[in-house]
Amino acid sequence: MKVWQCVVCGYIYNEAAGSPAEGIKPGTAWADVPETWTCPECGAAKADFEMIEL
Amino acid sequence: MKPVVVLGTGLAGYTLVRELRKLDRETPITMVSRDSGDFYSKPMLSNALALRKDAVTLVNTAAAEMAKQQNFTLLHHTEVLGIDRERKQLKTSAGAIEYGRLVLALGADPIRLPLQGDAADAVLSVNDIDGYAKFRNAIVSVKQIAIIGGGLIGCEFANDLVNAGYKVTVIDPTAYPLSGLMPEQAGKQLLAPLAKLGVTWRFGVAVKAVNRSSSGYALTLTDDSTLQTDLVLSAVGLRPRIELARTARLTVNRGIVVDSQLRSDDADIFALGDCAEIEGRVLPYVMPIMFAARALARVLAGEDARVEFPAMPVVVKTPAHPVAVLPVARDAAGEWKILAEGDGIKPGIKLGFFDAQNQMRGFVLTGAYAGERNEMVKQISTN
Repeated sequence: MKVWQCVVCGYIYNEAAGSPAEGIKPGTAWADVPETWTCPECGAAKADFEMIEL
Repeated sequence: MKPVVVLGTGLAGYTLVRELRKLDRETPITMVSRDSGDFYSKPMLSNALALRKDAVTLVNTAAAEMAKQQNFTLLHHTEVLGIDRERKQLKTSAGAIEYGRLVLALGADPIRLPLQGDAADAVLSVNDIDGYAKFRNAIVSVKQIAIIGGGLIGCEFANDLVNAGYKVTVIDPTAYPLSGLMPEQAGKQLLAPLAKLGVTWRFGVAVKAVNRSSSGYALTLTDDSTLQTDLVLSAVGLRPRIELARTARLTVNRGIVVDSQLRSDDADIFALGDCAEIEGRVLPYVMPIMFAARALARVLAGEDARVEFPAMPVVVKTPAHPVAVLPVARDAAGEWKILAEGDGIKPGIKLGFFDAQNQMRGFVLTGAYAGERNEMVKQISTN
């Protein structure tokens, strides 16, 4: 399970935790997060995220 | 074809260029920056210690790489001295530049309080990555930090610094934290969780003077008490940069006045980000910048787009007691109501702002309730 960070605001997407509030189940790999998904904190597009080491 | 010239390489300028390039690879773009033009995340400056980042590692993408990726010409370390609207030309420290359309993404300046004392100019403020580098160098050798201002940035810095082991005092003339964003019963929720980590709060007083002392600085407060500290950080708000627009005789108010297409009263000059006043609102937060940049990119690409802002809650990065708020205008008619309140084990509060028709227009979620942001936004959107 990997962790991704929004390059715009610093929001962390943890694959293990998912983002249930946006309907993304725990354990959802980043590749399976819809392309239309945007950062819940700042609205950046999925393409604007990058992977960071935990 | 004359270029789209973007003044400013902050979040507003870069997001606009990125969005514009998704729609149009051809139109030449020139970006002008006062600094190096490196791309970094400004919101991360106030929690960079927790993220284990410094001024070097905060840079996501170097300016030269951005210019290559997004296909623009960069003029870095360049000051813009004036706009000649007749000739559609900029006067800069690097010479004259012609523009087809001009975007002002100039940002805002930190407000500097008029302080007395021989060390008033030693007060730091962090508004960009160069300021952050200076701040990080300064905190290496200190233990105690005084923060002037208990608003969003002051509280975020306070939390980040106490986490890293500093002793922090926050001084603010209002009565409680985040007073510009929310009512007292919500703001005061931050008091105990941050005090527990080592924040000393001083509300109801302001700083009068900053003087050098044998061990650092001595602050004189308006109640005539003094406070010894090693470093002073000011975080008392931002003032949109409007001078360039004013000198060019564009309409300015609190910010550079633009419509829902981000257009000023010159059809070829646009503004967005912290310097802009969009249909009467200055919104110096990340989410509005993203929405405004997307709309402006479409306008510049020739579409008839207009920015429409959804409910945009502001997240305050205070992990000791997280906060999400959908602020309401200061003069909004209605009242705050407590919807839920936590206890000693799960502290926090949930407030809604209701208008005369009992429709919810704003909210504050703190502590245990901070995670309910999406449900609250949904409730507001269906109103």
